[in-house]
Amino acid sequence: MSDPKAPKPPAPPAPLRTLAQVARPDVRSGAPKAPDLVMPTGPVSDEDRLREELEKGILFTTVESVVNWARANAIWPLGFGLACCAIEMMAIAGPRFDVSRFGAEVFRGSPRQADLMIVAGRVSIKMAPVLRQLYEQMPDPKWVIAMGACSSCGGVFNNYAILQGVDKIVPVDVYVPGCPPRPEGLIHGIMKLQEKILGSKIELGPIPRKKRGTQPRAGSGAG
Amino acid sequence: MALAPERVEQMLRERFPDVAFERQQGEAVRDHTLFLPADALVDVCTFLRDEPECAFTMLSWMGGADYLPRVPRFECVYNLLSMTQRGRFTLKVRVPEEQPRVRTVTGVWPTANWHEREAYDFYGITFTGHPDLTRILLPEDWVGWPLRKDSPLGYEEVAFTHNTPGRIKPSPALKKLAPKKVRYRAQ
Amino acid sequence: MTLNMGPQHPSTHGVLRVALELDGENVVACKPVIGYLHTGMEKQAEYKTYTQSIPQTDRMDYLSPMSNNLAICLAAEKLLGVTVSERVQAIRVLLTELTRISAHCVWLGTHAIDIGALTVFWYCFREREKVLSIYDMVCGARMTASYFRVGGLAMDIPEGFLERCDKFVREMPAHVDEYESLLTKNPIWLARTKGVAPLSAADAIAWGVTGPSLRGSGVNWDLRKAEPYSGYETYDFDVPLGSHGDAYDRFQVRVAEIRQSTKIAAQAIGRIRELGEKGEYRLRDFKYVLPPKEEVKTSMEALIHHFKIVAHGFFPPVGEAYQAIEAPKGELGFYFVSDGSARPWRMKVRSPSFVNLQALPVMVQGKLVADVIAAIGSIDIVLGEIDR
Repeated sequence: MSDPKAPKPPAPPAPLRTLAQVARPDVRSGAPKAPDLVMPTGPVSDEDRLREELEKGILFTTVESVVNWARANAIWPLGFGLACCAIEMMAIAGPRFDVSRFGAEVFRGSPRQADLMIVAGRVSIKMAPVLRQLYEQMPDPKWVIAMGACSSCGGVFNNYAILQGVDKIVPVDVYVPGCPPRPEGLIHGIMKLQEKILGSKIELGPIPRKKRGTQPRAGSGAG
Repeated sequence: MALAPERVEQMLRERFPDVAFERQQGEAVRDHTLFLPADALVDVCTFLRDEPECAFTMLSWMGGADYLPRVPRFECVYNLLSMTQRGRFTLKVRVPEEQPRVRTVTGVWPTANWHEREAYDFYGITFTGHPDLTRILLPEDWVGWPLRKDSPLGYEEVAFTHNTPGRIKPSPALKKLAPKKVRYRAQ
Repeated sequence: MTLNMGPQHPSTHGVLRVALELDGENVVACKPVIGYLHTGMEKQAEYKTYTQSIPQTDRMDYLSPMSNNLAICLAAEKLLGVTVSERVQAIRVLLTELTRISAHCVWLGTHAIDIGALTVFWYCFREREKVLSIYDMVCGARMTASYFRVGGLAMDIPEGFLERCDKFVREMPAHVDEYESLLTKNPIWLARTKGVAPLSAADAIAWGVTGPSLRGSGVNWDLRKAEPYSGYETYDFDVPLGSHGDAYDRFQVRVAEIRQSTKIAAQAIGRIRELGEKGEYRLRDFKYVLPPKEEVKTSMEALIHHFKIVAHGFFPPVGEAYQAIEAPKGELGFYFVSDGSARPWRMKVRSPSFVNLQALPVMVQGKLVADVIAAIGSIDIVLGEIDR
C-alpha cells in the first residue's frame, strides 16, 4: 500500500492532439475537411527570403532626408519671449494650441541647447546686443522666427528706442505677422519652417569657405 | 473722511510762511497742484510725510515734464498719497534749463530712487544727493535726453518703392511666376 | 561672487536683468537692471492723439490689456471732465474684472512653473483661453483689445456675450478650488513660499508698493474702495489681506482676488441685463466721441464731427489730470498734460510694476538665490509696463 503522505508520481501526460484537432474541435478526426488555401509555406528561394526580410522594416532614403526630417520634427526653441508675443508663444505651449504635437514643446533655457530662436516681441536697442550674443551662442543648425510685427519690422513703434526689425542683426527664416499673431499663426510659421528645413541642403564635411566675412546662411545645415 | 487738498495747502502756508507757494490755475487742472521753489522741496516733503494730519507716507509717482518755449523749462511733478487720511496732493517744482538740479527726496521716500533716475534719463535733470544717478531705461552709453521736446522721435522712414530710388527692380521673368489674377465675379 | 540673472532667463518674466552679489547661496546685494524693453511710449504718445495712444497701452501691461485701456480712457475723460453712462461703466467693470482674473491666472501659472509646479500652468492657461475667447468675441482681438474709447466703448457688446461671461463666471470658482487644492496645502509650495521674500508694511509703503503686494503685507488699500472709479462704489466685494507679507500671503491674496472678481463680474452682468443688453455705448457729445455711423450718413454735422475727430482728434481743454485705477498689478495711473491741441503735451504712466520692483532688493536681502526667483514671481511684474 503506498504511503498516503508520500508525493504521488506525476500523472502520465495526456496524449498529444494534432493541430487539426485543436484548430477545428468540431470536426471529428478523419472527417473530410475543406482544403487549405494554396499558399507557399515559406520562401521558395534565397532571393525571396531576402526580400521578405527587407520588407519587414528597412527603408531606403538619403542621409539628407533623414537628417532634415529629424531636425524638422524636433525643433527645440529657445525661451526668448520679450513682450506681448511671448504670452502667445506661451499659449502655444499651453493645452489648447499644443505645440508638442510638432516636437517643439521643450523650450530650452540655455541658447547652447536650442536650435530655434523665436524672437517674440519688440527688440529695444538695449536688448539688441544681447540678442546678437544669444544668436551667436546657439550652435548650428539654427533658425530664427521673427514673431509679430515688432520683430519683423518695428511694428507699431517707429521711434528711437525700438530696433526696426530684428533682421537688422540676425538672419531671419520665417516672419510671422500679427500683433500679436494668434497662436495658430505662430504654429503655421513653425510649420513653414519645417517645410523649409525639409527642403534644405546639408553639408557634410568641412565648411566650404568661399568668401571671407560672409554671414552664415540660416537654414542650411552646417553652412 | 477724505483729506481736502485745500486744508493741506493751508497747513503748508501756515507752517512755511516764507516759502512762495503758488496754486496752479486753470479750469481743467483737475488735481489740486502747488508750485514751490526747489530749495524748499525736501523740508516740505518731510513735513507732509510726518505731520499726522496729512500723513503722506507714500510717494505715488514723480515725473518730469518739458515745456520747451517756456522759461523755466522743466518741471518735476510729485504726486503724494496719504492712505490713512485718504487724500492725494500734487507738488511741482520748476527747474531751469541752465542748471537742471533738484535735491533728491529719496531720504523722505525711498521709492523716489527709480523715479528720479527715470527723470534724469529722459530729461537730464540731476538730483543732488541721489545714491545712484545713472540711466535706467536707456542703454548706459546713450547720448542725449530723449524726452526733451527738441530731441527727435527717431522715426525711421519706411521704405516704399517711391522713396527707395536705388532699389533692384524685379526682373520681368518673375511676373510669369505670379499667379493669375483672381476673378471675384463671374465674367 | 557676482552672478548675472541675465535678460534672457526662463524665470524673470520678461527681459529683466538682476545683478546678484552672492556669498555662497546667500544674496548679499541685488540690483535689478531694467530697460531691455524700453519702447519710448511716453515720447510716442506726444506724437499721437489720445485715441491713437489707446492701442499702445495694450502693449504695456500685456497681461491685462483692458485694464490699461480703462486707465487711459478714464484719465482722458477726467481731463475732458466727462463721465460715461452707467451701462458703459458696468461693461467696463465686467471686462476689467475678467481681465483681472486672466492676469492673475497667468501670474499663478508662471509663478508656479518657476517654482516647479508645472500642472498649475496648464490649468491656468486653460482658464485664460476662455477669457481670451470672450475678448475675441467682444472686440476681435485675443490680447491687444483696445476696446474702450474715450467716452465709451468702440462698439456695443454682441449677442450672446453676457451668456458667455455668465457661464465663465459660474464655472470659475470651481477652477480656483482646483488650483488651491494643488498648491495651498502643498508642502513643497509652503516650503518655497512661506517666509520667503518678506516685506513689512512700513517697507512696502516707503517703497511705494501697491496692489496685491501691498495688501499681502497687511495694508488695506485698494483703489476700487478708496478712490472708486467707473461705478465700483456700487458693487459689493471684499478686499483680501495678508498678514506676514511673504510670498505665500501674496499668493493667497491674489487667489482670493480671483474669487472676488468673479463676484463683481456676476454683479456687473446683472447690472448690464437691467440696463439693457443693447443700448448706448458712447457719449452723445460729438466733440470728443465719434457719432454713430447711421447719423454720419444722414446728418451733415455728424459727418463733420466724424471727419474732425478722425483726421485731427479731439481737443481737450488746457490743463492736466491724473487718474489711477487698481490694475491687477497695483496702482496704474496716467497723467496727461494738455496744451489744447489734439496731441497730449505729456503723457506719464505710473506703472505699478516699475515701483514694485524697487522693493525686490529689500525682499531678498540675505536670502537664498532660489528665493529670488520666488520673490520675482510673487511681486508679479510685467516688463512691458516697467520699461514702457
